[in-house]
Amino acid sequence: MMDDDDPMIEIRASFFVECEELLESLQDGLQIMDDGVADDETINVVFRAVHSIKGGAGAFGLEELVRFAHQFESVLDGVRSGNIDADRSAISVFFQSGDILADLVRAARDDTPQDYTSTQAVLTSLETILGHSAADEPEEVIDDFQPMSLALDLGLDDTGLTDAGPPDTRLANDTDTPVFEDGYTIRFVPDSSLYASGNEPLHLLRLLREMGDIQVMCDTTSIPALADIDEEKSYLSWTIHLTTDEEEDAVREVFDFVADLCSLTITSPQAGNDDTPPSPPDFPPLDDASPTLPPLCTVDSQTTTGVKTTNEQPTAAPAATLPSVPANQDPPTPVKSAPAKPRPTVRVDLERIDRLVNLVGELVINQAMISQSVAEADLLSNTAVAEGLDEFMQLTRDIQDSVMMIRAQPVKSLFQRMSRIIRESSSMIGKTVRLKTEGDETEVDKTVIERLADPLTHMIRNAVDHGVETPVDRLAAGKPEEGIVTLSAGHRSGRVIIEVSDDGAGINRPRVLQIALEKGLVQESAQLSDAEIDNLLFMPGFSTASEVSDLSGRGVGMDVVKSAILALGGRVTIQSEPGGGTTFTISLPLTLAVLDGMVIDVAQQTLVVPLNTITETLTLTENDIRPLGPETSVIKVRDTFVPLLDLGAELGYRTPMDSYIGAIVLLIAQEDGTHAALVVDAIQDQRQVVIKGLQDTFGRVPGVAAATILGDGKIALILDPLDAIANANGRTRCSHATLQLTG
Amino acid sequence: MTDTQDKALSAEIELLTFQVGQQEYAIDIMSVREIRGWSKATPLPHAPAFVRGVINLRGTVLTIVDLAERLGMGRTEASERNVIIVVHTGKETVGLLVDAVSDILAINKSDLQVPPEMSADNNQTFVSALMIADERMIRILALAAALPAESMEVA
Repeated sequence: MMDDDDPMIEIRASFFVECEELLESLQDGLQIMDDGVADDETINVVFRAVHSIKGGAGAFGLEELVRFAHQFESVLDGVRSGNIDADRSAISVFFQSGDILADLVRAARDDTPQDYTSTQAVLTSLETILGHSAADEPEEVIDDFQPMSLALDLGLDDTGLTDAGPPDTRLANDTDTPVFEDGYTIRFVPDSSLYASGNEPLHLLRLLREMGDIQVMCDTTSIPALADIDEEKSYLSWTIHLTTDEEEDAVREVFDFVADLCSLTITSPQAGNDDTPPSPPDFPPLDDASPTLPPLCTVDSQTTTGVKTTNEQPTAAPAATLPSVPANQDPPTPVKSAPAKPRPTVRVDLERIDRLVNLVGELVINQAMISQSVAEADLLSNTAVAEGLDEFMQLTRDIQDSVMMIRAQPVKSLFQRMSRIIRESSSMIGKTVRLKTEGDETEVDKTVIERLADPLTHMIRNAVDHGVETPVDRLAAGKPEEGIVTLSAGHRSGRVIIEVSDDGAGINRPRVLQIALEKGLVQESAQLSDAEIDNLLFMPGFSTASEVSDLSGRGVGMDVVKSAILALGGRVTIQSEPGGGTTFTISLPLTLAVLDGMVIDVAQQTLVVPLNTITETLTLTENDIRPLGPETSVIKVRDTFVPLLDLGAELGYRTPMDSYIGAIVLLIAQEDGTHAALVVDAIQDQRQVVIKGLQDTFGRVPGVAAATILGDGKIALILDPLDAIANANGRTRCSHATLQLTG
Repeated sequence: MTDTQDKALSAEIELLTFQVGQQEYAIDIMSVREIRGWSKATPLPHAPAFVRGVINLRGTVLTIVDLAERLGMGRTEASERNVIIVVHTGKETVGLLVDAVSDILAINKSDLQVPPEMSADNNQTFVSALMIADERMIRILALAAALPAESMEVA
């Protein structure tokens, strides 16, 4: 925002941001239509979204996008006018079209090549739908609708909309001059020399606007095909209808400075309006060699004013890019006629927010440091300092919460992506599955959303592939043919809970157990509870699909999902009911910037262990410890043996101790459900800590996830217990070998 | 090496000289961010011996490199008299633990001498140039080579 970059780059960027929003409302609308509760406004919203994308795309010369959006729009228009029946199959094509549209937008944004075969296929389906409808010419249909979509969407009049696309003579046929009963009708055809001398029709039109109500029609008939455009020439002309109390001379005066540079016809109220021919083809561009603003330049100059007058509404960019003046015709109107529920928002660079988050993190640390020094000063709790500090702490917490809220985003965009995954994956394997979402508006940290996309995609595919039965089986089980996958989000006790559930057959436990036995994941003799069997799904190398399907079972199993979620500080659990379906529950922390940790001491160092990895803490007795190898030991926890690891030794802080009797151990749950015991010297505290990344300087430090700053200003490392365990050598007894301290 | 090349256009450069072990080193003053007293670092597990750990530099985590250890002169017994020079090169900010900071010298580029190549010294790569000031030899430290990222790859 602060850079003085090429304005076009910025406008283009904001166009794509808006496209994302439009695509989102498109998805929303289609979903409502699919649910069968759509009203006229829903269809309008869908139509407008596609239309606005088309308009903007035209301004940036994104032909492929325009072509597709145009066809899509034509069909939607048919739905709007009632000529096309939006049945199930049509809506499914619309969903596909929405996906393609999103692909095209992204391809245009990232400048990546797009696979046109799928585009073509959907285009054909759209044409088929169009063909079914009444013999309406799509073009005509569209033009009929333009006045409406403009009024609602862009706050422009219909001529403005007509110009939303690329310069297109086809559309100009409709710029008929309306018949006005009173006021002046001004026909204004600038010569190229008008532009050459630095004049700008926009300013003239603004002057006219100040005199009274005006309606401006831009005539684009003279614009040749893009390839034939001579950017030095003037192709645009305007017909202005002005209602004013001013004398004709005053109106004429506006054009004083350009009188020689244009052809001007002013028809006064008395004279009637019979002499203004609509879109006269007899205004050939003058062959003057002087430079003229090409349409694109007009876009440029329009942009600034356009954006300002439309008050930063989401549709500002398409409006701003219209190569004609009407945007300025009546600035207050767009504001008044803004969509029903405008949510005032500000777009802020993510970097700035991250900076704020960092600063708040520092504030929290600073506050902890002050608290500590106040505590050390032994002040009475009723002194002004102590009271002020209490308030300070409260404020700090509030600020922290508010800042974290800025980073929070509704999970809606994530869920919408999942609905696409459902459509694609279910059609691939011949099941009919629909996605139901709940709690779309639940807000989660942006980073969490980003990093949740992959695991969630995997879970959704699994639900479609393994969860929901085939249509035949479903009918046999007395269920509707269409399977339902539900994706829900919500807040529960300071965490975000996301559930993926299907109404399928549930986990086939005997089969899961059989596979686990075949793969040697469990012992033959093991007696497993239902929950334990369910959790086998998370074991590395487990895949229930008997044949590797296209969809899931690419050798990447639920274990990857689980580790991705664990990496976010989350947990995932399964509930399954035979015949009734399966629910995966993901529980996530609200933010990645702070973490609940246990502050521990080991070998004079202070470390933080993430609380969610610790299942239990124990004090060892002589009876608990059993030697295993010459240098290793296990401890007996209830009826299982757990490897004993000396954290201080594993981190290279000290050599193994002589005896671990009386030592404190943390029982850490590993991904495969087994445990490991980490010996620590003391447990200090349990508290929230602010996560500070270690600089890249180190590469990766094994066993360490990040760092934090303690109340005394010292840095404490945040342990990655799973990594530390994976890299552990397990030496807990000194065999007097010479090499003890590594690194 | 890059530090000196960057300044190739201006003939005059300013150097910060400092003591490491019994030797005198210098770095381009433009790469120095600040100089601060020693505070105890939090050691990093499995890090090379010359990485003394990390300290809190106003809310960011700063790596401390023991320059004497890095240059093969043995571990610095850090006390309050020691000094950390916070340097910035490229995208990294690192603290160098040294014995003392001596002086700021303004010298001409032409005064710098190319160090002779002698294969017996393994710290050869850390000296990019030599110069004489008041009959003392001052070694210009090749900062990039002394930073952990590069050396960790080797180690």
